[in-house]
Amino acid sequence: MNAPGSIMGRPEGRIDRLISLSFSKSLEISFKSLKVRFFRSLITISSLILAVSFLCFVLVNLDIATGILENGGKEAARALAKAGYDVNLGDGVVTMAAKERWIVILSLLVCTVGIINAQLMSVTERFSEIGVMKCLGALDSMVLRLFVLEAGMQGLAGAFIGAVIGCFFSLLTGVIRFGPTALAHVSWLSVIGSVGIAVLAGCFLSLVGVLYPALLAARMEPINAIRAEH
Amino acid sequence: MTENKRTIVRVIGVTKIFKMGKVELEALKGVDLEVFAGEYISIMGPSGSGKSTLFNMIGGLDKPTDGKVFIDEVDISQLDAYELAWLRNRKIGYIFQTFNLIPVMTALENVTLPMTFAGMNADDAQDKGIELLKLVGLGDRFQHKPLELSGGQQQRVAVARSLANDPAIILADEPTGNLDLSTGEEIIELLQMLSQERGVTIISATHDYKMLNVSDRVIWVRDGLVDRVEKREELDISVGGIGEKLTGNKNGERRA
Repeated sequence: MNAPGSIMGRPEGRIDRLISLSFSKSLEISFKSLKVRFFRSLITISSLILAVSFLCFVLVNLDIATGILENGGKEAARALAKAGYDVNLGDGVVTMAAKERWIVILSLLVCTVGIINAQLMSVTERFSEIGVMKCLGALDSMVLRLFVLEAGMQGLAGAFIGAVIGCFFSLLTGVIRFGPTALAHVSWLSVIGSVGIAVLAGCFLSLVGVLYPALLAARMEPINAIRAEH
Repeated sequence: MTENKRTIVRVIGVTKIFKMGKVELEALKGVDLEVFAGEYISIMGPSGSGKSTLFNMIGGLDKPTDGKVFIDEVDISQLDAYELAWLRNRKIGYIFQTFNLIPVMTALENVTLPMTFAGMNADDAQDKGIELLKLVGLGDRFQHKPLELSGGQQQRVAVARSLANDPAIILADEPTGNLDLSTGEEIIELLQMLSQERGVTIISATHDYKMLNVSDRVIWVRDGLVDRVEKREELDISVGGIGEKLTGNKNGERRA
């Protein structure tokens, strides 16, 4: 067990030589750092909120349309087609129009790029902080974990807010377009499912967006990180 | 100094070459150095002399191109990332010119962070953090954020943080560089007190010749080499010539 590096006085003491940061402590640190930079985080997640709310809006719209179709038959199908939905009467499902699908995908892509940009800025701002942490003995994995946790929390909050907003507006437009009875036959289970999908997508995008900036931060040599400030 | 001194830092034939595009810059040209436990060392030299590079080598923040650096008889180039992190966490305390406290944390959290990394439980870390802040004279301000503290107070927090895991060595990179005269003196006194009462080895890179009065030895670096090493006794005699030394005027050096 005497690896070349284990000559630090007590070769047998490998266990207490481990630098560690418990999960709850990392959660606490990243939560605090989000709280302190509240408005900064708000800007980071604003694009996520918009993209997720759009996604959720579209998904819930489809749920509503499906509900109307199931209940209203041919007449409803005509009304839906007139409103711009792709109606498949045989299967009794309403699908997204190709154009709409592309807009959703594009908005999510733009949102991811926005997140990467915002997170890169945030990492740059915190170069010296990262350097200090590393001088105090933080491992690469700890720095990575802190950033990923922050992004996870941002993603969860942003995606949840976005999904709720999107869902609300979708229900509102449903009522306005198809009258008060529009919501009578909506399968609420599928609405909740749509909201869930939107939230998950938002979290995923937030994590994807932070991956490169966080890796950059984690791999930085402490000396460069500290020098960067001067 | 006593005869049975223990070497805590040993630098053997260290060279460091920085590559800037196609140009190679030799920042250190073969430095040999020995620092004994409990010593107060100042590394002095003009900008660009390789002083900072040497300092970073000793701190394990940079690796030499050639040669070896031993800290507590451990060759740091042999260490993997985990052991290097452990070394930085437990063996070395860093103090920087720009304080470098983590702005989003309170003074106490800044001091306890290295203890958290070291795996100490939160209550013990809290107690020890308060004790250390009292030691540096900030016992009543531990809930303040760095930006609510003056420069001198921030540096005191940094000193307390450097002591968090009872390191063998404290590395201070121009600790008084951003402080005014009297605050700087307070920090120097604090470091001297730590060196005398706690037996911590203090190595500081500095331009500040107030530091010289408290140093056991001064290492003058010039053009990537150790120009000379002076003990305190020699310094006291030639203290009148210090001004000239800083400006690099060789004629004034030995006039005392």
